[in-house]
Amino acid sequence: MSQLEIKDLNISIGEKAIVKGFSLTIKSGEVHAIMGPNGTGKSTLAKAVAGHPDYTITGGDVLLDGQSILAMQPDERARAGLFLAFQYPSEIQGVTIANFLRAAVQARLAEGEELDATAYYKRLYTKMDLLKIDRKFTSRAVNDGFSGGEKKRCEILQMAMLEPKFALMDETDSGLDIDALRIVAEGVNAMRGPNLGMLMITHYQRLLDYIVPDFVHVMWDGRIVRSGEKDLALELEAKGYDWVKTELARA
Amino acid sequence: MKPPTELDLASAPAEVATDNPVQGIDQTAGNFSYNVNYEFDAGTGLTEETVRYISAVKKEAPWILDFRLKALQTFRDKPMPTHWATKDLENINFDKIRYYLSQGQKPKRTWDEVPDDIKKTFERLGIPEQERKFLAGVEAQFDSEAAYSNIKDIVAKQGVIFMNSTEALREHPEIFRKFFGKVIPTGDNKFSALNSAVFSGGSFIYVPKGVKVAQPLQAYFRINAENFGQFERTLIIADEGAEVVYMEGCTAPKFSTSTLHSAVVELVALKGARIQYITVQNWANNVFNLVTKRGVAHEEATIKWIDCNIGSRLTMKYPGVVLKGRKARGEVISIALANDGQHQDTGAKMIHAADETTSNIVAKSISVGQGRSTYRGVVHIPKHLKGCKNNTECDALLINSNSRTDTYPAITVRGDANYVQHEASVSKVSEEQIFYMQQRGLTEAQAMSLSVNGFINDLASQFPMEYSVELKRLIDLEMEGSVG
Repeated sequence: MSQLEIKDLNISIGEKAIVKGFSLTIKSGEVHAIMGPNGTGKSTLAKAVAGHPDYTITGGDVLLDGQSILAMQPDERARAGLFLAFQYPSEIQGVTIANFLRAAVQARLAEGEELDATAYYKRLYTKMDLLKIDRKFTSRAVNDGFSGGEKKRCEILQMAMLEPKFALMDETDSGLDIDALRIVAEGVNAMRGPNLGMLMITHYQRLLDYIVPDFVHVMWDGRIVRSGEKDLALELEAKGYDWVKTELARA
Repeated sequence: MKPPTELDLASAPAEVATDNPVQGIDQTAGNFSYNVNYEFDAGTGLTEETVRYISAVKKEAPWILDFRLKALQTFRDKPMPTHWATKDLENINFDKIRYYLSQGQKPKRTWDEVPDDIKKTFERLGIPEQERKFLAGVEAQFDSEAAYSNIKDIVAKQGVIFMNSTEALREHPEIFRKFFGKVIPTGDNKFSALNSAVFSGGSFIYVPKGVKVAQPLQAYFRINAENFGQFERTLIIADEGAEVVYMEGCTAPKFSTSTLHSAVVELVALKGARIQYITVQNWANNVFNLVTKRGVAHEEATIKWIDCNIGSRLTMKYPGVVLKGRKARGEVISIALANDGQHQDTGAKMIHAADETTSNIVAKSISVGQGRSTYRGVVHIPKHLKGCKNNTECDALLINSNSRTDTYPAITVRGDANYVQHEASVSKVSEEQIFYMQQRGLTEAQAMSLSVNGFINDLASQFPMEYSVELKRLIDLEMEGSVG
């Protein structure tokens, strides 16, 4: 059982404070959703926790199983079990998905230990079958010329292969039509289990129809203003973000 | 037709004078010294005596000595090409260079004296134990002598001559003399003149009519069996319908006591012949690597240069093909990696001199840190020709904002019966891309390395397997060194 603990976190970009006193604890097996209007700091939170160099932590802490990860490089955090599914994944020219993932898996082995290529491909193909991804997919360069749906599926495949302890999913539903959304959600649901904790960041309720969260948090102006169970998402959907602004922001 | 000269490049846009990025670099880096008793040593500096000495040691025919002495004069008369090239050339001190060390001399030092980081580099490159000792200057010779004579014997059965230039000048003067200095005349440029005066080592290959050499001929073995060539002179002749692949260099860093390397490579592909010349070089970063490489392709012949340059302080190299016969084809595939304090000034020349000739240039450069890459190209198609085609692609990859890259394509196409296409791109490994890869668990160095390997992937796949594997390892090492 693992635990990701975000304690009173404050994040700035340059001089501008974006996240202001955010606290949340996620345990293995739990799926949390963070909802909120644009510009409220949701993506900033995800990237800063993953260690993006553009964001400065001005206060608070992030603990993975009791250990602060703030002094760790992004790759160290990743290897410690943190995965960020990007809203806008980068293209890597000339590097196939298979080779990229292979390098990522290799990076998790002890120094001097060589990856077993046969076992690796076997596992890769199993995961691809699970996610209903065509075999040809992994011989394409990472995100190069991908549609929105393909990029997100590529993220989910990476997540499946790297088996993180905690996954931060940044607007995974953005840019997806309903069919693509269903496929991606199926993939995520297939990975749900006692060993994975998830934080889904979304603007819309509709993702939560497919991936049903255990907890829903509403974020406003850099912090959580209300927490509840999945019904909160429906309430939010019904009342709209104006309700957040007028009612919750005062709390 | 008159072969093109280095000065043709003057037609390229003049380089804007800027701060010299390589000044202030520790020139001793990579240049570790050891005590050597040079039995045959021409001393330092270049005089007529030096040239006579070299010729005498090699027991050369009088015409070669004549050739060398004339070249010496040409070298002295020619100015440095600094009106178009970097001013860093002026930092070469010709009086302090040793122009000739005899073959077979063993530098005396033990494996224990080899610095640890160098041992580590060899290990990372996966170089076999025996070779490591040789490369580190512990042993002057090893199995390569046997490997070389083995290859030599196999190809000899097909009538192929494969030997070092000195030997070939003695044993096959009738072939050598006919082609020697014809593709690249002494006066082509200052450094081809220098090479012509003091050349030593290098390969000579003659492939008879219709013979297709099945395996690539590797200079790696040949050169190891002698000593690293400082002023190599290579001449390859593929007779009508013949085919040969030649590979030179190795990816291990060359730890040389010499700071000036200036080779001349001439290729002659007669009617319908094919020559492929592959180079992977990784020089220590105190070395000036100033090389002239050119081939002449006769009717329906093909010459392909695959050229990969890593390391050195300054590399200037523009492999060229003179497309002399109808339907001749020339190709240059070039990869250059300039790390901190290095300047890769590379490119290609395609001189179309017959109808329906085609040429293709694909150049990719990577600049890291303060490293600087320059692409210089010449494509010349005169007015009276028809049906000629050229395709040029230059892509540059910048890693971090201090890198610099320049492109100087000089394309002169006259007449309207010819077709030319030129594309250039500059891309950058963005912080966002590095973060993305780091988020998957790769270190910053691994991420950069993967970006670079991806960038050159389509070219690297044209390399022979073992070279592309070594190239990948080498890029890993370079990237590791470039992260603080």
